[in-house]
Amino acid sequence: MKTRSESLLLNIVAITVAVFVLAPLFLMFATSLKSDEQQILRDFGNANAFWVSPWNMSLDNFRHVLNNTTFPVLRYMRNSGIVVVSIVVIGIFVNSLAAFALARMNFKGRNLAVLFVITLIIVPTESVAVPLLLMMAKIGWVDSFKAQIVPFIAHPFSIFLFYQFFAAIPKDLDEAAYVEGASRWRIYWSIIMPLSLPTIATVAILQSLEYWNAYLWPLMVTRGSDVRPVSLALAQFFGTPPPIWGEVMAFSVLMSLPILIIYLAFQRFFIQSAIGSGIKG
Amino acid sequence: MNNNRTAWTMLAPAIGMVGLFIVFPFLMSVYFSFTDQRLLANANVPTEFIGLRNYQRLYEDGVFQNSFFRTATFAILVVPLQCAMGLAAAMLINSKLPMRNAFRTIYFLPTVMSMVVVSVIWASLYQTEGFFNSTLSFLSLGTIPHVDWLANEYIAMPALVLLSAWQGFPFQMIIYLAGLQGINKETYEAAQIEGATRWQEFWHVTMPGLRNTHILVGMTTTIFAMKLFTQVQLLTQGGPSDVTDTMVRVIYMTGFKRGEVGKAAAASVIFFLLVLAISYIQRKLVKEERAIQ
Repeated sequence: MKTRSESLLLNIVAITVAVFVLAPLFLMFATSLKSDEQQILRDFGNANAFWVSPWNMSLDNFRHVLNNTTFPVLRYMRNSGIVVVSIVVIGIFVNSLAAFALARMNFKGRNLAVLFVITLIIVPTESVAVPLLLMMAKIGWVDSFKAQIVPFIAHPFSIFLFYQFFAAIPKDLDEAAYVEGASRWRIYWSIIMPLSLPTIATVAILQSLEYWNAYLWPLMVTRGSDVRPVSLALAQFFGTPPPIWGEVMAFSVLMSLPILIIYLAFQRFFIQSAIGSGIKG
Repeated sequence: MNNNRTAWTMLAPAIGMVGLFIVFPFLMSVYFSFTDQRLLANANVPTEFIGLRNYQRLYEDGVFQNSFFRTATFAILVVPLQCAMGLAAAMLINSKLPMRNAFRTIYFLPTVMSMVVVSVIWASLYQTEGFFNSTLSFLSLGTIPHVDWLANEYIAMPALVLLSAWQGFPFQMIIYLAGLQGINKETYEAAQIEGATRWQEFWHVTMPGLRNTHILVGMTTTIFAMKLFTQVQLLTQGGPSDVTDTMVRVIYMTGFKRGEVGKAAAASVIFFLLVLAISYIQRKLVKEERAIQ
């Protein structure tokens, strides 16, 4: 049924969409490699905005950004790294352990606990941010890593994702191990978790993206460069007039590179995690 | 068997933290919304119960009403656009396109980019002497004057919508892709035997087959849209003339910048109820569908 003109049209549309998606990214990379700010401003007004000729490439912007002591980009990236890795690593254990109990054990209050967790998925961080800030101020956690990490370790939606996956694993597997004398802890650690690597990846990716890009909460709870995350630093750097576009874009590239590299290496898992997050709501 | 104790030990860290950092602040939100709590407590002025006064003030407050309508406007514009882009991209990738996987990899890219980075990039495109303006004036042979995209009352919101849809559509694409792959192939074959055109096929097979996906995608996107904040804070700060002021921004400005925790808490409670209402509608719609089948 497929005609040649139809497949030609398909190709044209697909390439158009690809251009639409890629152009802004090209603009970011190209601008970050141009050293002449006046040239950058002129290029913004035409198709040169998306391109830099290999002969004019320069790493000056990156040099300036990396040497900028007011906005120490590497330090900010390290801050974000500490926050994200802590949340993801501790979160995986805390959330999967809870999901294990909910999905694979019979105990009093189980149904109520499942309902409790699922209900909490809907509560947006935005709606608890102000009282949470007050709480952080009371216990003296303002402007700390703790304030950016601890409240987000337990994550109802991650528990739900683990719960769904665990519930689908055949029960005989751990019943057999249980009869042979393995404890529930051992079953969790040696049988269930090794089977759950795809779900672990899904949860890790969703959480990493969420907290690498976090903006509202760090804006409220952090002050100086000691603990501020990189997304916030870029927002500040960009908001300090006049913007030096070459350097702002170099900053953006530095901030995006880790995520882009991880995405290209593990894209299958990223797409899986998008499907996983689709069942939310 | 000490199943009970083991289970609750395993649950304890998660339940404890969720209770402390979600349930407790939420209850505090509800409680504060009935008081005149301030961010910086003043020892001379004790916090008092003021009943529904915060809610009444919000109701009369043009700022909050405005933010509700602006957030709704954003959602009404961005949800159909983003879903349509997602569906179109999903159908492209689901077709017999050569190098489908490469296209899928490319199309997904915007979603892994941080919204702060995306805002910065689009800010350069929206410059007065930027690409959009020069393209417009080139295409119109110079008859269309330069537009101040982010400073024009009528255009600022659509400008935010466009960059948000660019960043967000890959998510909808992936969900639609899963939905498309769930449609029975035989339905298409039957339609083709009956001589249906591609257009008819789309409206009579694809669209009905995606009903639940539409509900899911539509509602999730709406909830995402309601949380609009980062782009606004970076590019327009709610302006021009407050046309891009959103509910989350009002919560932030009231509670954090002005320290009126009581009023911000009331706004938070209303915001939460709206999100709850949307997800309730979604569940209702999906359930109805199941009841029909």
